[in-house]
Amino acid sequence: MSNLIDIAALTDIPKRGARVVKTGHGCVAIFRTIGDRVFAIDDACPHKNGSLSEGIVHGNAVTCPLHNWVIDLESGQTQGGEEGSVSTYEITVKDGRILLDTTSLQK
Amino acid sequence: MTQKLVVIGAGMASGRMLEELVDLAPDAYDLTLFGAEPHGNYNRIMLSPVLAGETPWQEIITHDADWYHTNNVTCRFGEDVVKIDRKQKQVISAGGVTDYDKLVIATGSASFFIPVAGKDLPGVVGFRDYGDVEKMLAAAQKPEGRAVIIGGGLLGLEAAAGLHEQGMDVTVLHLMGHLMERQLDPAAGYLLQKELESRGIKVVCRAHTRAILGKDHVEAVVLEDDTIIAADLVVMAAGIRPETRIATDAGLHVERGIVVDDAMATSDPDIMAVGECVEHNETVYGLVAPLYDMAKVLARTLVNQAASFVPPMVSTKLKVTGVELFSVGDFCEGDDREEIVFRDPSRGVYKRLILENDRIIGVVMYGDTADSSWFFAKLKSADDISEIRDTLIYGPAFQGGEAHDPLAFIAAMSGDTEICGCNGVCKGIIVSAINAGAHDLAAIKATTKASASCGSCAGALEQVLAVTLGDDYAASTPQPVCGCTRLTHEEIRQEIKSKALKSIPAVMQECGWTTSCGCATCRPALNYYMIAEWPLEYVDDSQSRFVNERNHANIQKDGTYSVLPRMWGGMTTPDELRAIADAADKYNVPAVKVTGGQRIDLLGIQREDLPSVWADLNAAGLVSGHAYSKGLRTVKTCVGTDFCRFGTQDSTGLGIKLEKILWGSWTPHKVKLAVSGCPRNCSEATCKDVGIICVDGGYEVSVAGAAGMELLETQPLAKVTTEQEVIDLTVAFIQLYREHARYLDRPYKWVAKVGMGWVRERVVDDLQERAELCERFEISQSVYRKDPWAEQAKPEYEQSKWAPLADLILEAAE
Ligand code: SRM
Ligand SMILES: Cc1cc2nc3c(=O)[nH]c(=O)nc-3n(C[C@H](O)[C@H](O)[C@H](O)COP(=O)(O)OP(=O)(O)OC[C@H]3O[C@@H](n4cnc5c(N)ncnc54)[C@H](O)[C@@H]3O)c2cc1C
Ligand code: SF4
Ligand code: FES
Repeated sequence: MSNLIDIAALTDIPKRGARVVKTGHGCVAIFRTIGDRVFAIDDACPHKNGSLSEGIVHGNAVTCPLHNWVIDLESGQTQGGEEGSVSTYEITVKDGRILLDTTSLQK
Repeated sequence: MTQKLVVIGAGMASGRMLEELVDLAPDAYDLTLFGAEPHGNYNRIMLSPVLAGETPWQEIITHDADWYHTNNVTCRFGEDVVKIDRKQKQVISAGGVTDYDKLVIATGSASFFIPVAGKDLPGVVGFRDYGDVEKMLAAAQKPEGRAVIIGGGLLGLEAAAGLHEQGMDVTVLHLMGHLMERQLDPAAGYLLQKELESRGIKVVCRAHTRAILGKDHVEAVVLEDDTIIAADLVVMAAGIRPETRIATDAGLHVERGIVVDDAMATSDPDIMAVGECVEHNETVYGLVAPLYDMAKVLARTLVNQAASFVPPMVSTKLKVTGVELFSVGDFCEGDDREEIVFRDPSRGVYKRLILENDRIIGVVMYGDTADSSWFFAKLKSADDISEIRDTLIYGPAFQGGEAHDPLAFIAAMSGDTEICGCNGVCKGIIVSAINAGAHDLAAIKATTKASASCGSCAGALEQVLAVTLGDDYAASTPQPVCGCTRLTHEEIRQEIKSKALKSIPAVMQECGWTTSCGCATCRPALNYYMIAEWPLEYVDDSQSRFVNERNHANIQKDGTYSVLPRMWGGMTTPDELRAIADAADKYNVPAVKVTGGQRIDLLGIQREDLPSVWADLNAAGLVSGHAYSKGLRTVKTCVGTDFCRFGTQDSTGLGIKLEKILWGSWTPHKVKLAVSGCPRNCSEATCKDVGIICVDGGYEVSVAGAAGMELLETQPLAKVTTEQEVIDLTVAFIQLYREHARYLDRPYKWVAKVGMGWVRERVVDDLQERAELCERFEISQSVYRKDPWAEQAKPEYEQSKWAPLADLILEAAE
């Protein structure tokens, strides 16, 4: 079962950028890549909770603004030898609108 | 009695459908064809070469009077159908009422006119039909006529190229960051822009049209940033909209287009639709290939054969003579996707293949599209390419079979094979140079010029070195900026200057970046180099900024921020202090601290409060202290002659003057100054990036000190007698640093590389150079000497940047 919620237009997020959605479980960062792919992951770095939505987005990864860990947006895994991962959420874009699956938020 | 088939719209889809139909069953229907245009079906695609004067209009007519006659088609050209009466099964037009048994709607699309003032003025045209082309050709008759094209997609660029061929002065306004963004990635878009510009077509990206001006005819276009571009002709090429009005009025199911099923039937079984006016499976189409497939299906449906429409893969080519461009499929990046990028900057060639599970899913090619059909075929057949992956990008000619060892490949190369395309250096010349003692890249470059231009052959040179020297070879390349490129910071700055590269994608293309959009190391550096080199033209890329510079505050370990307003030269007033205290109270600031930079820091501010904190501080006259920037930080001062019994000059006043001149400027790393009123040096000037010590009768200016991770005393630059000279020397030194240092080198590191002698020659001895440096700094400051807080606190930033994208907590509560 999925429960898609329309949260915003794709263009509300700059390319190679991110913005957050507030949820009952903390902030979820929504990323838009240069190729217009969209990802949703927890806005907290597995290292020391750095706000990942404030990082620099490159390819399908983000570099944490606090100590430069690199997190893969699709899998939520850290890259380059660091240990850790963040939760990812189902998200899609349809007709220019971003739809977030809120069932995956409750897990 | 034969059934009556009425077709509305004599366009490309209906033309093809009629051909298919008369082939299948010549006498199945009594055919009537309505067309709003005064002529029959023609090849709309070829309007571009007609506009460019390359193809005569007669040659693009696909169906002539003879054809309609032979196939018994009653033509009603120049006659709009204004209404469909489904109950009576009739269509209504100027000529009256026409009965139908079956009806086909093939009304295509209409140009979308962006909703700005002046869009209806004479002289503003779309680019859709021959009537539009006639109007454009008439406008091009005017000597030195100026055309503005709104929209830098396929249509807009074909219009631009055509009008340029017709002798008009053409400017293309494009809303997005690069041309044809729907078909091209930024690198290819950049190459295309460069090509058009080299022909004399002006291209403005990120252009937001505010209005079209003119009294009784168009005169100019004005952009949101107040730029005014004179125009005798404005072509709206900002998109198309399916022409669905009569279908909507008739109560058919219409979404973006007229909704049809796989057999092309609308929600009324006696009414079919085909072409750009339809929506199939939530998709509307804008290229002919799928429309032709639809036409085939519809013809079968009309003779009661089962057929269903399967959307084909569609590729795009731009019909501008001399521009080779091809794109197909999906070119977004993805984790499960890989890409193979080939760039040959000197030939202006760029190819990118996007792979998923060892299959090609997207292709972008610019400059050399000879192999496009081969790639397209591989994409359509979903061939597994893992066997030929190594040589795939080189196309069919290279598919010999076995994978090769690159060194063996280089070893087997003949002496006259060209290695450096820019400078035409062959392998033989490089081998001779190596044998004569050039044992590293720099030496080869110096003696042969190989890799001296774009540098993309550096890898091949390295391999020639390895092959030639054998065991004596030791990799000796200087450190590249990051893993995305082979070039060093210095080489990149050189390329930016010599090739006038004015955007990050341009640098990535010309310097052979191996990733599509860089990384967190190279992007901030490139963004700085752009700002430093093209202060007036470059638009700062906030997505290539570190968090602090993007948010104009220092992020703290818990995600809050510190806010640090400027206190010019360390001076403040009771009013300023009250404003700071009020802000601290109002926003529950957990800590207020006097910094080591002679000003006051508010620590622990919530992100969403930043704009209002700034607005409050702005209201009291306080501006950003840039405590977060690679830019001017503080100018510390001591009290000087105003109060101190030892003071020799007005150190406070001079410090304030310097800070007011320098603030807001971006530099390779941060820059800190201090001015002390006497050699007792209470402002610690001798460990700053620029330190000034006032003495009797003058000022001692010294530079390149450090008091952070390293401790270094400044080195004397010059001793001068007037404040103006101090200011000029300081500004010239900082500008020289801005123009030459690599990103993230403090001045002391940079001076250690170039030498104090070199700096003094330019800043102290050569008065003309000093003046020019100051002038260039001032040009840059005309843009950057402003308060970023005031800008960021503006209401329009609130929704797009500071507010959350959505608040699902509230949603849940509701
Ligand atoms: C606020 C302040 C400490 C204080 O409470 O006094 C401070 C705070 C920080 N300093 Fe500093 N520095 C502060 C004065 C200094 C000084 C003293 C000075 O400016 O007179 C120095 C030595 C002089 C110098 O710059 O060489 C100094 C040398 C550094 C360095 C080492 C620089 C170097 O080249 O070696 C860093 C790291 C860096 O920039 O890469 C640093 C970096 C930082 C950062 C920005 C760390 C960071 O990136 O987050 C700190 C931000 C803390 C925060 O959460 O807001 N800070 N820092 C001072 C702000 C001055 C101001 O008003 O702007
Ligand atoms: C300049 C230009 C260049 C192009 N280049 C390419 C290209 O390179 N490759 C490509 O694949 N595609 C290209 N296209 C797109 C292609 O031309 C269209 O996809 C195609 O023409 C659509 O066919 P259609 O039959 O649906 O609509 P159209 O060809 O637009 O035909 C619709 C017709 O219906 C008429 N009509 C509308 N309403 C009514 C009414 N109520 N009553 C009577 N008649 C009506 C219109 O006047 C028009 O003549 C280009 C288009 C243009 C304008
Ligand atoms: S010395 Fe500077 S960087 Fe280090 S903890 Fe103190 S403020 Fe932070
Ligand atoms: S908190 Fe993300 S790298 Fe440290």
